[in-house]
Amino acid sequence: MSAKKKDAAEAPARLRVRKTYKLFIGGAFPRSESGRSYVVNDSRGEFLANASHASRKDVRDAVVAARKAFGGWSGRTPYNRGQILYRIAEMLEGRRRQFVEELRDTGLSREDAETEVDAAVDRWVWYAGWADKIAQVAGSVNPVAGPFLNVSTPEPTGVVGVLAPSGTPLLGLVSVLAPAIVTGNTAVVVADSPLVAITFAEVLATSDLPSGVVNVLTGPRVELAPWLAGHMDVNAIDLAGASEELANACEEAAAGNLKRVLRGLGTDWSADPGTVRMTALLETKTVWHPIGV
Amino acid sequence: MMMSDELFEYAPAPESRSVVRIEESYGLFIDGEFVSAKQTFPTIDPATEEVLAEVSEAGAEEVDLAVDAARTAFEKVWGPMPGRERAKYLYRIARIIQERSRELAVLESVDNGKPIRETRDFDLPQVAAHFFHYAGWADKLEYAGYGTTPIGVAGQIIPWNFPLLMLAWKIAPALACGNTVVLKPAETTPLTALAFADICRQAELPPGVVNIVTGGPETGRLLVEHPGIDKIAFTGSTEVGKRIARAVAGTGKRLGLELGGKGANIVFDDAPLDQAVEGVVNSIFFNQGQVCCAGSRLLVQESVAEELMTRLKERMATLRVGDPLDKNTDVGAINSAVQLATIGELVASGEAEGAERWSLECELPERGFWFAPTIFTEVAQSHRIAREEIFGPVVSVLTFRTPAEAVEKANNTPYGLSAGVWTEKGSRILSMAQRLRAGVVWANTFNQFDPASPFGGYKESGFGREGGRQGLEAYLVR
Repeated sequence: MSAKKKDAAEAPARLRVRKTYKLFIGGAFPRSESGRSYVVNDSRGEFLANASHASRKDVRDAVVAARKAFGGWSGRTPYNRGQILYRIAEMLEGRRRQFVEELRDTGLSREDAETEVDAAVDRWVWYAGWADKIAQVAGSVNPVAGPFLNVSTPEPTGVVGVLAPSGTPLLGLVSVLAPAIVTGNTAVVVADSPLVAITFAEVLATSDLPSGVVNVLTGPRVELAPWLAGHMDVNAIDLAGASEELANACEEAAAGNLKRVLRGLGTDWSADPGTVRMTALLETKTVWHPIGV
Repeated sequence: MMMSDELFEYAPAPESRSVVRIEESYGLFIDGEFVSAKQTFPTIDPATEEVLAEVSEAGAEEVDLAVDAARTAFEKVWGPMPGRERAKYLYRIARIIQERSRELAVLESVDNGKPIRETRDFDLPQVAAHFFHYAGWADKLEYAGYGTTPIGVAGQIIPWNFPLLMLAWKIAPALACGNTVVLKPAETTPLTALAFADICRQAELPPGVVNIVTGGPETGRLLVEHPGIDKIAFTGSTEVGKRIARAVAGTGKRLGLELGGKGANIVFDDAPLDQAVEGVVNSIFFNQGQVCCAGSRLLVQESVAEELMTRLKERMATLRVGDPLDKNTDVGAINSAVQLATIGELVASGEAEGAERWSLECELPERGFWFAPTIFTEVAQSHRIAREEIFGPVVSVLTFRTPAEAVEKANNTPYGLSAGVWTEKGSRILSMAQRLRAGVVWANTFNQFDPASPFGGYKESGFGREGGRQGLEAYLVR
């Protein structure tokens, strides 16, 4: 423990009530089934909290929750998904001060922390609006040489594993998570910065997002990522937050059930993201029907 | 059987082979020239087991040469060439294919075993159309939404079921986007790819833009693992696809996979049954069932199952199995002894696991590789014939009661390539199409293809799409 020893005389008049940081699985906040936790310090080395150290079993539980949520979430109307995502942005904005403080604990200046939170809210709003537009941009009516109606529509690929990027704890997380779920996928995220990520999960939990659409795990990525990459009921994996070595191992494990692998798509989270993170997690379905009387 | 007695007797109507001149041996097509390799292997006519030609087997040295030629052509000629010029080369190729279509159709039927009616009326028109379609994209990439930067050198590995059509699906979009290619045709069907090399020469395509390396799995491995390749495109089995995905992991190579399937063809009780029967026949006996998107699981609503089976057997009794070059033939030869053995093994497992087999009684030629069209009923979802890709003229029939059950059963597979729905109810078609997890859904039709229509799978049927605007994405830097 790095907390300073304090004399009894220094005890505050009112003791602050600390938050217990747990995991976010299936809409609930359980501790890791392994009972493990790890210490999270601020940038000066002062104790902040004990975060849950997720296990392989937690990964599996999260995948089960995400799969269970997939049918319902992908079946919502795009308009409804857009509304829920916009609601998330509202909740995020409402907790602006809290996120600024948590980002400052990771070492950011006040100004940088505020810039990041604002960018994260704006990014989320931007993606929210894509819910009912991406199909018109990525889909098509195809002029086939015969008496058929032929229509291609983008559909969510399923359960997506996400290794959240490091460095920009909130903006990075938002930039990989929003494009995954806005189109109807569900996600299991291995967070980088545990406290910011779990506070973000609290935002999700209060935004009418159905249980299980997003599941957040905290703990060492090297330990958790291979289980996610090798899981046979995960359809895609975003390796944004993986080191070169870990990404290689995950990409190989992902071949086991031919997951769609997102890698090398750029990590400048302040840049215009374009549609590539959405389209990389979409399947094109083409439907044919004869035309006749 | 009674029904087969009713089959009209037709006089044989064989297409003449004289339109094709098959060489005794073939080299590899590298940098615009045919070069011989140290090793060769025979390619045979699966309908007669006659050796057609000796074909070169590309080793490490030849694969290096082909990749180098493709790299040079990419950097010096094809990459910098304006799209409108690339387009004109592709239009030329499309025209030459149309001009030589009869020759190519016969050659394909002889090397592959598929009926001339299919190569003539389906494969060749589709091949030409594919080049024609992508020719027009070459100078319009900026409107497609995927950028305009080619990836570089593409290594392309194609299967034996639609040899020239799969070549077209691979080469046309790659070239349209400004890439150069090294393509490996399947070991058992190299001849039309080599004829295509000659077409490239007739079209005066710059040397090195298209390179054809023939060979077996070892040649394929050399191509996949070659550090000079920027993009791998593979069509074939899911098993090999996974192996390729593992080999490519961590190399930064782009990858596109079009793999196996176990398509569900779903017939509701309100379907127009005669049309549905035609659709079922087309879905599983087209190309001897050697089609990745075949409707190899027939899901029939319980109330019409008996009637549909009766009509299906009646219709099957009119199928003519035999000489691929006979214009009356509906079902030709299985492509190889290996594939015939695979089909036989899975069919035996179906019988052993308790499914009921019905095979068309028909005379099969003594030589060559043949399998009579076959139906399995009393199939359980746990049976291997309901789960594994047979890749032959064998359909597994399962029944269902409700639309929800049909969806559940149809999606209960690691594959996700194709599905069919037969019903007269429009809203049901749309809801089924929405809930089926497959890359292509044919409603009241089956096995339709078009160069403008994206094709490719969900889940373990692979990733990426071929065809249409969406088909450009695989060959452009994202």
